[in-house]
Amino acid sequence: MSAADIINLFLNVSIMEKAFGLLLDGFLMTLLLCVLVVPVGVAGGVGIAVLWALKSRGLNRALMVWVDVFRALPPLVLLVFVYNGPPFAGYQISEFTAVVVALGLNSMSYYGEIFRAGVESIGRGSWEAARSTGLGWGQTMAWVILPQAVRNVLPDLVSNTLEVVKLTSLASVVALHELMYAARSAQQLTFNYSPLILAVLMYFIVLWPLVRLLSRLEHKKIAAR
Amino acid sequence: MEQFLSSFFNLEIMGRYLPKILSGMWVTAYLALAVVLTGLVTGLLLALVRTLHVRPLNWLIVFFVDVMRSVPPLVLIVLFFYGLPALGVPLDGLGSTWLALSFVLAAFAEEIYWAGILSVSKGQWEAARSTGLGYVQALLYVILPQAIRLAIPPLTNRTIAITKNTALGQVVAVQEILYQAYSGLSFSYNPSPLTLGALAYLVLFIPVVILGRWIETRFAWKR
Repeated sequence: MSAADIINLFLNVSIMEKAFGLLLDGFLMTLLLCVLVVPVGVAGGVGIAVLWALKSRGLNRALMVWVDVFRALPPLVLLVFVYNGPPFAGYQISEFTAVVVALGLNSMSYYGEIFRAGVESIGRGSWEAARSTGLGWGQTMAWVILPQAVRNVLPDLVSNTLEVVKLTSLASVVALHELMYAARSAQQLTFNYSPLILAVLMYFIVLWPLVRLLSRLEHKKIAAR
Repeated sequence: MEQFLSSFFNLEIMGRYLPKILSGMWVTAYLALAVVLTGLVTGLLLALVRTLHVRPLNWLIVFFVDVMRSVPPLVLIVLFFYGLPALGVPLDGLGSTWLALSFVLAAFAEEIYWAGILSVSKGQWEAARSTGLGYVQALLYVILPQAIRLAIPPLTNRTIAITKNTALGQVVAVQEILYQAYSGLSFSYNPSPLTLGALAYLVLFIPVVILGRWIETRFAWKR
């Protein structure tokens, strides 16, 4: 295969131009998914960490099982299950809802572990000082502990968010029209791999700044030790 | 309730598809092991090359790492599966899943090893070199053991997360657990094979997740 053939098959600019509109629509759907899944995951994760901090033994055991189950199941398996299961129980579920539910369940377990580690990294002194000024348990948690906890685990939070954004590509498996799905449709329509390369470029351009930021945060964390 | 049980926990159908799921478990397990092996070794080699401080080489490594960290693994698997054979590299679904996930793990592992190496203070290098150890000896006997110890907890978590991505192989027809469960669902028009598949993943990965949690506390850096 000559170099010209390779360029024609993988880096065909005219095909990329034609596919760009379709991929841009897909990108908007990817963005919409992130805007929904990330807050669901973060809120669920904070909830898990706060419940964990109550230190009720039975509750903690239940939370650990919950978190471990959703961390042990591959997200794609969860998605296939959430999408294909409900119709057999008599409920219809849209591709969109299935993706948000499955990725939400998956990411809240990961966020939960991160927030929990953050809360545990705050010493008892902070708790005692805050409580002695007259703040209640909830107030101490919300205004004293969580802000410090978030700062301590910021690199992990950014890293997990990056993973969640990449996870949205799984939605293509249940035919939700996001970036990856758009790229595959364009590939099948044109018999050419350039749309896939274009999708790689789009993911890279959008996520590269986040990866750089993450690298900086991680190195800073090490330097601080 | 009865209808729910007969569709999601239909024992007769589960029994019929159990052998398929078991063979899928085998594929998932060896694919995951292969990815862990190639990924962790390649990542370590890249980190070692980076300690040589050859500028253009380091730029290449950072570029590789950044691309592998910012592009979703599913996209890479599909690209390798269709693209590499077109370039004359004969690679099936299993091969492209293995290659893509190994690259992704190598990229993450390189970053973690490298961070570990950086965190060992410069004084250690100087002390080791001043006792007469050569560059390679200082790296292998003094710096790496400390760096790897630091790298173990984050590396374990990342490795577990990436091995679960073997399920993505379903998209390019790798006959692992999800593929078997999915085809079972299509043939029997009953979701019980899917329930069985999910259970198979739990059997395979819950011990790994618990092990990961244990390693994380066992190797935690005491302040």
